[in-house]
Amino acid sequence: MQTKAPQDKERAYPPPLTYVKVGLLLGFITAVEVGIFYVQALRGAFIPIFLVLSAVKFALVAMFYMRLRFDSRLFSWLFVGGLLLAAAVMVALMALFQVFIRG
Amino acid sequence: MQHSPSIGHVAEPETTTGLDHRKLLIWTFLGSECLFFGSLIATYLVYQGQSVVGPFPKDILEIPVTSVSTFVLLASSLMMVLAVTAIERGDMRAFRIWILACAIMGSTFLGFQVYEFNAFVHEGLTPRTNLFGSTFFTLTGFHGAHVTVGVIWLVSLFAGSLRGRVNPQNSLMVDIAALYWHFVDVVWIVIFTVIYLLGVSLG
Repeated sequence: MQTKAPQDKERAYPPPLTYVKVGLLLGFITAVEVGIFYVQALRGAFIPIFLVLSAVKFALVAMFYMRLRFDSRLFSWLFVGGLLLAAAVMVALMALFQVFIRG
Repeated sequence: MQHSPSIGHVAEPETTTGLDHRKLLIWTFLGSECLFFGSLIATYLVYQGQSVVGPFPKDILEIPVTSVSTFVLLASSLMMVLAVTAIERGDMRAFRIWILACAIMGSTFLGFQVYEFNAFVHEGLTPRTNLFGSTFFTLTGFHGAHVTVGVIWLVSLFAGSLRGRVNPQNSLMVDIAALYWHFVDVVWIVIFTVIYLLGVSLG
């Protein structure tokens, strides 16, 4: 059964089965992450691999479980705005302490 | 857009944005929380590899144990979203089952964290041992505090549903708690990657 978003300009919320599928996908990606962790041959590519997989999991939870994909765009802007500010603070702080130079 | 008011639907709020202010507030709060945790994660990264004495991340962090607790927290998010859909369709029995399952899983995650902190202290890592200890305990401790608040919130919603205070007509209360819970989950997704997977593998 589908439930509907309470306000205008939104799409209908997905049925519970969709959330279960997303949950299985999240579990699968986590298992892949842990599996890759033990593959030493991929060690050189750990940073991009883990960051991409982590970003995918983050996006899945935000879009489906937090229902940003179906709710008002304003909510997305509030959250993404916070995320972008946080990213800017992180980069600034790390640059200030020369993290990128020391590697 | 379909607009048949049914069980679990909040009436259209009469606000300038057309959105409920409580939901706007929680999203604004979560946006500010991104900055809070972003700063803590950045601090961890700034001091990563700067500890003069051990234990170091690769000596002490246990990926298998933390992987299990990560699975538990991810599963709790699924329980939470199922609780939200249950109350929105007016199924209070299912709502109580899912939200209780979510609270139990959240408590299990906290149990893992207590075990981990206890093990680390016995192995000589405290917040005062080195820079790794200070930043690790600060970051994961604040996350654990957020999970604790979330568990208390979930249990209060469960209790409220038994007394009839939480019902399909005010399902927004559950929706807001769910957003907080999922946020705690996404923060852990980042922590698990940055501190555990990358922290251990890169030294």
